[in-house]
Amino acid sequence: MIKKPFQLLLQTSPFLRRGITTPRLMGEVILATIPVIFAACWYFGLSALLLVIASISGAMLAEWFFSPRKVRGQRSKSLFDGSGLLTGILLGLTLPPGMAMWMAFLGGVVGISLGKLVMGGLGQNMFNPALVGRAFLQAAFPTAITTWNPPGSIESFAIVRESNFAAPFMQSGTDAVTTASPLGLMKFEHEPTPWFDLLIGNTAGSLGETCAIIIIVMGIIMAMRRDFDWRIPVSILLAVAVFATIPWLIKPDLYPTPWAMVLSGGLLFGAVYMATDPVTSPVTPKGAWIFGASIGLLVVLIRLWGGLPEGVMYAILLMNAATPLVERIGQPRVFGRGRSAS
Amino acid sequence: MSVAEFVGSFRNGVHPHENKEQTEHFPIARMAFGKLFTLPLSQHLGAPSKAIVKVGDTIFRGQLIAEAGGYVSANLHSPVDGKVIAIGPRRHPRGDLATSIEIEADPFSAQRVHAAPSKEPLVMTTDEFVESIQQSGLVGLGGAAFPTHVKYKLPEGKTCEHLAINGCECEPYLTCDHRTMVERPEAVVRGIAIAAKVLGAKKTSVGIERNKPDAILAMQEATKEHADIEICPLKVKYPQGAEKMLIKAIYGIEVPAGKLPLDVGIVVNNVATMTQFADWFDKGLPLIERVVTVAGTAIERPANFIIPVGTSVREVLDFCGLDKNTQQVIMGGPMMGMPLSSLDVPVLKGTSGLLAFTEAPKGHQDTLACISCGQCLEACGYFLNPARLAKLAQARRWEELDDFYVNDCMECGACSWVCPSSIPIVQLIRTGKGALRELKASQEG
Repeated sequence: MIKKPFQLLLQTSPFLRRGITTPRLMGEVILATIPVIFAACWYFGLSALLLVIASISGAMLAEWFFSPRKVRGQRSKSLFDGSGLLTGILLGLTLPPGMAMWMAFLGGVVGISLGKLVMGGLGQNMFNPALVGRAFLQAAFPTAITTWNPPGSIESFAIVRESNFAAPFMQSGTDAVTTASPLGLMKFEHEPTPWFDLLIGNTAGSLGETCAIIIIVMGIIMAMRRDFDWRIPVSILLAVAVFATIPWLIKPDLYPTPWAMVLSGGLLFGAVYMATDPVTSPVTPKGAWIFGASIGLLVVLIRLWGGLPEGVMYAILLMNAATPLVERIGQPRVFGRGRSAS
Repeated sequence: MSVAEFVGSFRNGVHPHENKEQTEHFPIARMAFGKLFTLPLSQHLGAPSKAIVKVGDTIFRGQLIAEAGGYVSANLHSPVDGKVIAIGPRRHPRGDLATSIEIEADPFSAQRVHAAPSKEPLVMTTDEFVESIQQSGLVGLGGAAFPTHVKYKLPEGKTCEHLAINGCECEPYLTCDHRTMVERPEAVVRGIAIAAKVLGAKKTSVGIERNKPDAILAMQEATKEHADIEICPLKVKYPQGAEKMLIKAIYGIEVPAGKLPLDVGIVVNNVATMTQFADWFDKGLPLIERVVTVAGTAIERPANFIIPVGTSVREVLDFCGLDKNTQQVIMGGPMMGMPLSSLDVPVLKGTSGLLAFTEAPKGHQDTLACISCGQCLEACGYFLNPARLAKLAQARRWEELDDFYVNDCMECGACSWVCPSSIPIVQLIRTGKGALRELKASQEG
């Protein structure tokens, strides 16, 4: 018989937890980016790795430098919850292979500091931090971020592009071989790219966006593990397919086919890795459908009739801004009530 | 009939690890009577009972010792032969002091019940029946301890079409209802026959989750001759045992918010309540003891025991072998139960389980920021927005909680269970509900 009074832990119910934590969710998404990094290295060589490392360094340095120092140990928490690392990886993968490393670094710093920490840190940011970083780079270095290199293969792995090492604010010296992205080709020269090349990633483009098949597979795995809301990528892709079919049916020689629209550019990467950022997307299921469909519509509008060949980044950022409104109209219907909250 | 034929369920919900293997195959046993019994006058929903015995009175097992203190209240009977040694404030499991009757058991008594069976319930009028079960002190044995007779007094104009019997036992660890169905299916069926007759229910459905195949088989066997009793195997999902979720799972009906199941012609009762009907009407046994699951990592010999109400928790846990390094003791299930601050509190009528753990359950961590992942929305059986409710409560924006129907929340804990950032969502919602209540009261008064 126990006589000694013992200390009992008091807390309120429920006493059980599922045990899948936010750092673990982040970790799973980070793991899911590794095959994409491999594909990027396959097609674009060591440059891919260098740029990703540069943007991670920028992101993590900003996370460390700007985090509140002594507020309940938050500094260490936000450094190790994986969100800064993920932002760095995702930003790096959206850059073209010939980009200067210092630009990628700067993008990471801006993404974390202005995209996330200035709003109050993880969970408070309005816009996807990685895309904030990329939008900054697009505004600051419009030429560098739209200069595409042709894909290589594993033989050219060790050939590093000279432009990667350009010193800050200097001309990047001699130009390497450049080409146009599939979307650019279609938009300005009406020249379609074979769908098989799009699927396996043998095209020019940003580091992580070209290999469609790997992104699709990783997306399915993550959706099944419930790392993100599957409704968002599904609704984006459905909306793009639907809205791209209409102009294509009317003028097939002028507008790209719906499958080319879905497979090319940053759409798959954006739909699977960017738009699914839980913080900046609506929390309700109904909201997720509206959010995704709106992104799809915006992508088609920007790509076909806007000034730029690609519009995934702006579409997602615009809908990030609209997320609170989408959430308001997308509240779930409450059990036993015919209507939804507020 | 195979087990897999009909499987209904409700939408959303979660799948905590069941952890029922510790006790689900042990027959229900009787624990030795203790020396001292503490019976709080308030162990049901509603008004506390009023003591009708004095200190020094000699009382017998099954004797009425406190009367219902109102309509929504319950009688209290002595669980043992013995002597009243005190009536005064004693520690209640919920943490505060409550007026209780303390009884010292007579060590030489055989502890038999001295009551005679009541009149045959099948020929009773509704009023006689309601009065009879009110006398028996019966409350809902699923955990909420709502006085049972109130459910059987149908208001004017309301009829009961269906009787739904809750055999889900969706709380992890608990197996007392499971064992009751396996071991006493005929008592459950007898209780159902009585209840259905009184209510005028045409059909009875017993919802049992599919993780209890032996209970489903035993109940199917026992109801072979009863065409009006249907056994419904249900998918395993928490919180299926919640009244409205169970109705959705069995009948596919959503009970309107703020209404009772009776408003859609359904009465829900627990299987243990049915066996209590049989015991009261056939043996004259009032609610003086119940089956309690004793389990958890800190318990050496987990078991299902018939335990007299009022037995000290310490006695029960020591009897089952309590680990020296116990960290946490819970009364009830691990999802909706009560944490105990002291072991010197009594087992109540509504106590379905006593769980003791050597370490805080896995997965506990510091609260992190909400990342709006939306998993709590997909867990909530009421389709509420727990993330929003928690944020509003944290920001003390009480009025807005009402716009998001905070009072529809049954506090089942599915949202807190699933939250990857370990936000105490249910706790915030409870705080919010209380503040909202006060706010409304101050606005009116």
